[in-house]
Amino acid sequence: MLNNIICIANNELRRFFKSSLAWIILAITQFFVAIFFYVPLVIYLQPASVASGLTDAVVATMYGFSAYIILVISPLLTMRLIAEERQLGTLRLLFSSPLSITEIVLGKFFGILALYLIILLMITLMPLSLLFGTQLDLGQISSILVGLSLLVASIASIGLFLSSLTNSPTVAAISTYGVLLFLMLIKIGGTNSSSEIAMEFSYLAIDKHYNNFLAGLFNSADIFYYVILTIFFLILCIWRLDAERTYG
Amino acid sequence: MKKDKTLISVNDLSRFYGQKCAIENVSFDAHRGEILGLLGPNGAGKSTTMQIICGVIAASNGSVNIVGHDIQDSPKYAKQNIGFLPEQLPLYNDLNVDEYLYYSAKLRGIEKANLKDAVTATKKRCGLENTGSRLIQNLSKGYKQRVGIAQAIIHAPSIIILDEPTSGLDPKQILEIRKLMRELSKDHSIILSTHILSEVEAVCDRVLIINEGNIVLDRYLKELLTDKNSLESIFMQLTSENNK
Repeated sequence: MLNNIICIANNELRRFFKSSLAWIILAITQFFVAIFFYVPLVIYLQPASVASGLTDAVVATMYGFSAYIILVISPLLTMRLIAEERQLGTLRLLFSSPLSITEIVLGKFFGILALYLIILLMITLMPLSLLFGTQLDLGQISSILVGLSLLVASIASIGLFLSSLTNSPTVAAISTYGVLLFLMLIKIGGTNSSSEIAMEFSYLAIDKHYNNFLAGLFNSADIFYYVILTIFFLILCIWRLDAERTYG
Repeated sequence: MKKDKTLISVNDLSRFYGQKCAIENVSFDAHRGEILGLLGPNGAGKSTTMQIICGVIAASNGSVNIVGHDIQDSPKYAKQNIGFLPEQLPLYNDLNVDEYLYYSAKLRGIEKANLKDAVTATKKRCGLENTGSRLIQNLSKGYKQRVGIAQAIIHAPSIIILDEPTSGLDPKQILEIRKLMRELSKDHSIILSTHILSEVEAVCDRVLIINEGNIVLDRYLKELLTDKNSLESIFMQLTSENNK
């Protein structure tokens, strides 16, 4: 079971780095995150700065923006996961191999998750470079990294599911943008409203829970939110591929 | 005696796509060491039958037994004994031949220690010795077809299922692929689908004609062709009768 998952995940990662799209996306991510690292840092270094601490003022700001950058590039990373396999006909190779659908889906999921973790590692090198000159709140940084990993896991599983619905990567990307945007904008329903239902809406927003991690708050409810979201879409994806085998 | 040689037994297979019935009550056996030709007009249900046998899609009714394992109940064991070449080649264009074959060997459950041997032997068998580091997208159609066959036989399955393996090839490549199939049939059982009648006459031992989802003929080619009938006239007769 584990061998098969690792095998599929490995192939996913290998094929990802063979496409130029991947390198361009990685470069663009790194570039924009660097800007959001540099600008707060320069502001912080000005004598008139009133910021409370380096980690809060610079590092948390950077990670806050990187979550949105990742949300923007994410559909382009996940769109090909299953849609492209279906388009190429290679899905039949997987289906006719001695693998369960759960193994196929988990293999794909961990393959793309590994890629996200590489992106997080590259981003994290920037704040860590500050350690040469000063001290950082490493506890807060770990909390942020846990939160960001959970956030990208849920984004990845949403993208994976939507990619399993179609044989066109473009359609998969666009529908993933739609769902992610909806999950972000849902919190507008809760702003300036006293009614409790509206507050529930805002609770469902995908980026709201990440804000707690950014502040260094390690709340189990936030962890569960992302874990449940991830598992929910993974199960939907398994069901979808199973239904394709039975009815499609 | 004959029962021991049965590798696949297909019983009352039916498959619906929504309301549309693709195949209906298809039953046949395939035995060790024979090449079974699945013939039929386009849309007759050849590909559907093959995909059900390989477990790519599930049957609406009926069962498929592969070397004693039911494809629905114990798919892992059943699928280890099957090599499948779909009509649309399942190739990753951005991998090279070696990477692709190692990947498909691992998917088919070959142990790590035997991986290299399996890949080398398969490449030799399919005439791919000198293409290991070439990208699949740069290969000619004939070589792509060979890579496709290579992934189907890499785990030495008892049964090889080839869906239109010679479509789109030039005459020389067709002869090469046929030669390869005859070679493979010595230790594997092959099911081959095609709509080229001469191909069946050239390589198959037994022919199965399928029309509008039903099997209309299941005979050994030797018996069939002594009836002073050509395969072409039989085929035309059987497939047009049902159209009425």
